[in-house]
Amino acid sequence: MNVHTRAADLTEARSAAKAGIIDCDIHPSLKSKADLKPFLSERWWKHYDTYGSLVRQPLSTYLPYPRMQPDTARRDAWPPGGGPPASDLTFMREQHLDANNIIHGILHPLRIGGYDQRNLDFGAALCGAINDWQLHAWAEPEPRLKASIYIPQDFPEAAAAEIERRASDPHFVQITTASFASEPLGHRRYWPVFAAAQAADIAIGMHIGGYSGQAITAGGWPSFYYEHHYANSPAIEAVVTSLVMEGVFERFPRLRIVLVEAGFVWVPSLCWRLDRLWERMRDEVPHLTRPPSEYIRQNIWYTTQPIEEPANPDHLKETIDWIGWDRLLFSTDYPHWDYDDPNYAFKFKMSAEQREGLFRGNAAHVFRLAQE
Amino acid sequence: MQFQGAIDCDIHPAVPDMRALLPYMDEYWREHLITRGTERLTLHMTSFPPNAPLNVRADYRPKSGLPGGDLAQLTAQALDPFGTRYAICNVVHAAQVMFNEDMAAVLCRAVNDWVAKEWLDHDPRLRASIMVPTQSPQQAADEIARRAADPRFVQVLMLANTEMPAGRRYFWPIYEAAQRFGLPVGLHAGSSYRFAPSNAGWPSYFIEEYASNAPAFKQELLSLITEGVFQKFPDLKVVLIEAGFAWLPGYCWRIDKIWRGVRREVPWVKDAPSEIIRRHVRFTLQPADAPPDPKQMERVIDQIGCDDLILFSTDYPHWQFDGANPFPGGFPEHLKQKVMIDNPLATYARLNEPARSKQEEMV
Repeated sequence: MNVHTRAADLTEARSAAKAGIIDCDIHPSLKSKADLKPFLSERWWKHYDTYGSLVRQPLSTYLPYPRMQPDTARRDAWPPGGGPPASDLTFMREQHLDANNIIHGILHPLRIGGYDQRNLDFGAALCGAINDWQLHAWAEPEPRLKASIYIPQDFPEAAAAEIERRASDPHFVQITTASFASEPLGHRRYWPVFAAAQAADIAIGMHIGGYSGQAITAGGWPSFYYEHHYANSPAIEAVVTSLVMEGVFERFPRLRIVLVEAGFVWVPSLCWRLDRLWERMRDEVPHLTRPPSEYIRQNIWYTTQPIEEPANPDHLKETIDWIGWDRLLFSTDYPHWDYDDPNYAFKFKMSAEQREGLFRGNAAHVFRLAQE
Repeated sequence: MQFQGAIDCDIHPAVPDMRALLPYMDEYWREHLITRGTERLTLHMTSFPPNAPLNVRADYRPKSGLPGGDLAQLTAQALDPFGTRYAICNVVHAAQVMFNEDMAAVLCRAVNDWVAKEWLDHDPRLRASIMVPTQSPQQAADEIARRAADPRFVQVLMLANTEMPAGRRYFWPIYEAAQRFGLPVGLHAGSSYRFAPSNAGWPSYFIEEYASNAPAFKQELLSLITEGVFQKFPDLKVVLIEAGFAWLPGYCWRIDKIWRGVRREVPWVKDAPSEIIRRHVRFTLQPADAPPDPKQMERVIDQIGCDDLILFSTDYPHWQFDGANPFPGGFPEHLKQKVMIDNPLATYARLNEPARSKQEEMV
């Protein structure tokens, strides 16, 4: 979707690529749901095969907003050997990892329905299977790829147990949750997850999406995929507001939350608004000891895709100045249609230090990754 | 900060209770509402706890009664200090949240007639919005036609979050009537709680809920654009009231970019959404969500890149600013006259017409 490109920036971006890129959002696909069979007990495989996925929406693998492209994917991402986009490791290596010099890529499997199963026990089993599959199919055969600990987010006890089971395995570099949860994610029912994450010193990647059963906007259900695509960003604003106001960062000050695919240009105006409101009504949230913006500055990071494209690219640059260059983590969203190419995504000049942090260093810090 | 001729696009007179409205309804409804004991209920909207600091600035708090309930206090505090020529009364009332659409319609009519008699008739500077029952767009359109006969009503008023996203065709009878009478449609912050008031679900705190008005408005505005409201009603203006505006630059970048990728889903949206906003949508000044560094406010205004969008508001009696300067630090000097006077006059056509109110005819 990068329509206009300034040639001058290509050389800069390529020099970043030369040193290697950490891509914080790659979406591997199952070839078919049978890929999970080896990792489910006979009981749960039979259940899955018979009853499928029971979620809080009318279609079992996505909301009834058909995407504008088959499988939400780039047209050129279908593997020549068959199967859906990003289901073939060899082709992913060739088309993405090698081509862009990705030194680490963080996996976010989507649309399998593990996060938010209504049957909690099945959800826990499915998340465990997704985690085993990430290891077996991706992270073990390809050391550049790093897995995310999928958790049943509405079953905090099982989620904490899954985190404990996986967190010491270096193939896993983060926990992942969906942004739309049964309740705003700051609520106390989710605190066992935060406690486990802080104890294990592992980041939490909150990826947009999920099926909470609530309307995706405060005004109800919109008509178009356009609005659904956009809704992810305001929903994350509400999630950040919840995390801050509930006191999550007061209670878990070392938590590292990465907001994945949610944009970031909304951060300054949200901070200004929250700080002004807090000045007036801090007595409603006496558990906060600092202005909301300080927690956001301390505990939250943002992936870059889909990058904003203002008519004047410097407007984006100054907005990043306000957020902090240490907060942004490069991501491509491979193989999805709104993929950002590291060579073309940024249309303004960055300093060497800014470039290094954005493409590599910030992510290495948040995910505790080596930079070779 | 006085601007002779300032136009305040958002003040909130308070309806004391149901008893004040009973004279403005017919015998059936008067008896019905009394029989059901509604005149003894407090019908405060959960979205607006009346004692929350945000909802009443300390020096605006009345000795008795609800904030914004006293005409003399309101004129002394909201009109005189700013050199206000006109101020638009936006009543926020439980009529907007009832499930019985006939009851909602009766209450809206009563509120509108009450505002005319108890407020507009008493001060020629006051103007008002026509509160409409979004629970029934046809009855809402009827109410617009009825009240539009009085030129002191300058706008149609809806809550931001009601039965469904604001652009949906369900609401189009309201927009048709508004366009027919040359009235902008004001969407005021707040929710009838048909859905959780934030996209993430039910928040625990009022501070969170109020903060979430901004994301909620972003989505409502996108709905108006995607559904084609401004193609269907090309003369319509929409005013987002108490929505903030500092979020506008990043919002426009995002919705323009997605539009470039998915526009074949909404082929009637032929112009970039940010262009449509510039032509059709306005924003009240408060809450200004002022950044800590005045230079950032300057930059936000520059990024917005259009001087026509912001309309002066005090949001009286709410606590959005202190003292008598409603502008956040860094707000460009050259824009203040436009925001205080020119932009409201360009938005509210009726403010340029002589108002033949009873009061003014008597004078």
